[in-house]
This record gives sequence, structure tokens and C-alpha cells, in this order.
Amino acid sequence: MYHSCRQLREMAEARNVPIHEIVIENEMKNSNIGREEVLELMKGRYAIMRASAERALEQPLPTEGGLITGIASNQYRYARSGDTLCGSFLNTVMARALSGSEVNASMGKICAMPTAGSCGIVPAVLISVGEEFSKTEEEVVNALITASGVGAVVMENATVAGSEGGCQAECGVAAAMAAAGAVELKGGTPAMSMEAFSLALINIMGLVCDPVAGLVQIPCAQRNASQAVNALISADMALGGAKFPIPTDEVIGAMYKVGKLLPVQLRETAMGGIAAEETGKKIEKEIFDLSK
Amino acid sequence: MSVSIFQVAGPVMIGPSSSHTAGAARLARIAAKLPGEFDFVSFGLHGSFAKTGKGHGTDKALLAGVLGIREDDEAIVDAYEIADRLGIGYEFHEEELQSIHENSVRISFYKNDKLLCKVDGSSLGGGAVMISRIDGYEVELSGNLPTIFIRQKDTRGVISHITTVLAEGGINIATMKVSRKNRSEEATCVIEVDDVVEEDVLRKIESNPNIYSVKFIML
Repeated sequence: MYHSCRQLREMAEARNVPIHEIVIENEMKNSNIGREEVLELMKGRYAIMRASAERALEQPLPTEGGLITGIASNQYRYARSGDTLCGSFLNTVMARALSGSEVNASMGKICAMPTAGSCGIVPAVLISVGEEFSKTEEEVVNALITASGVGAVVMENATVAGSEGGCQAECGVAAAMAAAGAVELKGGTPAMSMEAFSLALINIMGLVCDPVAGLVQIPCAQRNASQAVNALISADMALGGAKFPIPTDEVIGAMYKVGKLLPVQLRETAMGGIAAEETGKKIEKEIFDLSK
Repeated sequence: MSVSIFQVAGPVMIGPSSSHTAGAARLARIAAKLPGEFDFVSFGLHGSFAKTGKGHGTDKALLAGVLGIREDDEAIVDAYEIADRLGIGYEFHEEELQSIHENSVRISFYKNDKLLCKVDGSSLGGGAVMISRIDGYEVELSGNLPTIFIRQKDTRGVISHITTVLAEGGINIATMKVSRKNRSEEATCVIEVDDVVEEDVLRKIESNPNIYSVKFIML
């Protein structure tokens, strides 16, 4: 049994298996289901993630107040222009993350990962890495299982709710999960996955949740895009051999404590951050006066 | 590790909010199992449901839920049109409910202008919900397990009749909560069980003259 990232890594290392193998065995025991059923269930979730990562790429979707309508298709058009700073790969990753957010905001079907507000990050990263390196569906699903397994450690020991821990707990944990999954998908070791997880989480530690008008649109969608990129650079640092001296479980603990130190204004209440500035409040008033 | 990976990668839902959209739809879907056939629904939105609900499609999710539409069904978006087509009337207003969670609603079901049932419930986050009052009786109904909802006379022997019938039917009780407003008047009983309860077991419970009604709720 494992209750920490250290235990999860040690169990994988002791048997020389990928992290997803330990996570699958735990899930079989935990939910009293067979290996095939675990894989089939995750494959079903992957299909929903794929659909939401693609759906807004070509066509803008209606959102309340229209705050992020067209954000994904715009980025996707730019990604394919051949004239970008970060290249088409990173820009497509961002477009896919934005698509997940836009689908969610338009009342479309999504799979929370780990939350609805951060649902664009893990799919964008793992689908794109899988595509770039010609991985099979099975391999991407395994990486999703690894990402979910480390996410479960956070859910058990800390929080993934923006109302409890701010954006670092939602988009930050999603980025850390994606980083761990991406490392495995690229052929890295369990230790590298955990390094990537730590790096992604320290890169966003302390980030507040300040949704304009209380809606899951801005800055949530933009942070889905930027945190997908955070996941990739964190994975690359880990794959390049970067070592971070603070253990992953302590990074998770720190994130949780930082979240508790955040005042309520900065935890999903729309009472602080950009939501409480002049324009944020104006947008809120316009949307809710109109819909009265 | 007791947290399932499908709690991390999930729920599959209609956006944008697990509490304000998915939870709202689920809550309403459970509530609609209580009144029987209805032709009008009134929603009293409390707290954050009243304040930011509109932006999260809470209204559509609630209406879809009472129509039996699941929280992962994109038909939620068309809830108003579907209700109109089915001839189900609806109305939304703000309502201050006492001692209840921030994300809450009072759902009142009517048939031919007659009130059938009044349900207070809350969306607790992550799609989890709790119905806390039915017609003023304190209950705890999460919908996570098959549930039997009984209205009975508050008199001795009624509960033992219920548990005996369930035991004879091979049904194991997971949780049970009995609630009454005044002694010797009407009371309610919410029983969560591990298995599907067959119709004949429910009718057998109902056959006691001190039992007024029996409803089985399974999502």
C-alpha cells in the first residue's frame, strides 16, 4: 500500500515497473474490479478528454458572457501559422488546453482532471506528447493512470479544490499530474516522474483563484494553457536529469499549507485578484444584470 | 491509497462547475423521485446558487435534473425546450433557507396547482449532493446508495415492521434515519440499503396501516 509519492515511487522501483502498474493494482484492490475493467474505464475517460481537447479548435463555442468564446480556435489558427515564438507543438498544446476550458464553459461534456476548472491541462499534455512521439492509445492511457495515481496522493493528503487551496490546488496539481504522466510517456523513470511533479508544483505555488464574475472562464482558461506548458518544461527538466532537493511529498504538504494561508478573498470567491479590480467587477455586473 | 483514480479522472460531466452544474442536476434528479407525477416545479435558489448560479447554468441543470436528465448528458443545455415540450411548467426565485449549505435549493413539485412535495438539498462540491429536508422533515439522503423513503405514523411497532420486512426480503440496511416533527403525528424514515429492493418488498412495507407511503430511489 502507498499513501505518499515516495511510497509509490519505491514500490515501482522495487519491482522495476512503471508507476501505472502499481496504481492499476491498487485500483483493482480498492474498487474490487479486474485489470481489464480499470483499463476500459480509463479508456472511456480518455475518449471524453480527447473530444473536449479537439472540439473548440475549429469552431468557437458560446460561453456565458462570451468571455472565452473563440479562445481555442484563435490559438489553434496561430499554432498552424508557422510564424510563432514557441513553435507549433507548444502552441497546439495551449490550443488543446484552451479547448477543454472552452468546452467546459459552454456547458459541454468534459472529464474533470482533477477538477472541471483545470480539465484542459492533462489531456492537452498527454495527447500532444503521445502524438508527437507516436505513442499508442494504450501507452497514453497508462500515462493517464500514472497522472491520476499521483493526483490521488494529493487528494488524500492535501486538496484539489480552488475554494480550499486556490488555483495552485487545481491547475497546479493538474500541471504536476500531467508532468509526471508526460515523463513516463517519454520513457523516463518513476523518480523522474516525481521530480517533474515537484517542479511543476513549485512553479505555481501560491497562485490564487480569482475567477472573474465567479465564472470558470477567465483567468481559468488562460491558466489551463500556461500550466500545460509548465507541465512540459517541468517534465523536460526532470528528463534532463534535474534534481530538486525538496521531496515531492513535502512539496505537496507545502502547497496545502500555502493554500490554507490564503485569505478567503483569494479562494474562488471572486472577491480578490483580477476579479475584484474595476474591469472584473464591471464584467460581473454586466453578466448578472443581463441575466436577471 | 483509498482514493480511486476515477475520483481524480472524473466525474464525467457537463460543465462548467462540478458543484453548480453537475451537482445541481444530480440533486434535482434525486428530488424528482419523491413527488410522483408532477406538472409544475418551483426552484427557490439559496446562497451561491442564487448569486452566481445563472452564470454556471445552475437553472438549466436543476430543470434538467427534475426531468430525469443525467449530469453527463448534454441535453442539460436544452432543458427549457425539453420542459416546454413535455408540458412541465417551471419558475425560479431567490429564497433564504435556514441553516443550510451555501449551494442550496428548495424544489417544490406541483400537480394541478396542488403542492405534492417540497425538497431542500445542497450541492457539496465535486458533484456530491445531500437532500436535507423533505416537507420540513430532517433527512440525510445522498443518492449514493439505493434508498427507501417512507412516511409513517409516529407510533410503536412501525420501525420493527419495516426492518422485519426488509430482513425477510434479504435486504441489508446500510444506514437508517427516522425523523418526526411532533410526537404521535407523521414521521419519515430514510433507509439506505446495499441492493435493489423489489416491488413486492416495498408493497409489503406499505401494507401496514400506519405506513402512508413508500418510495424507492435509485440513480
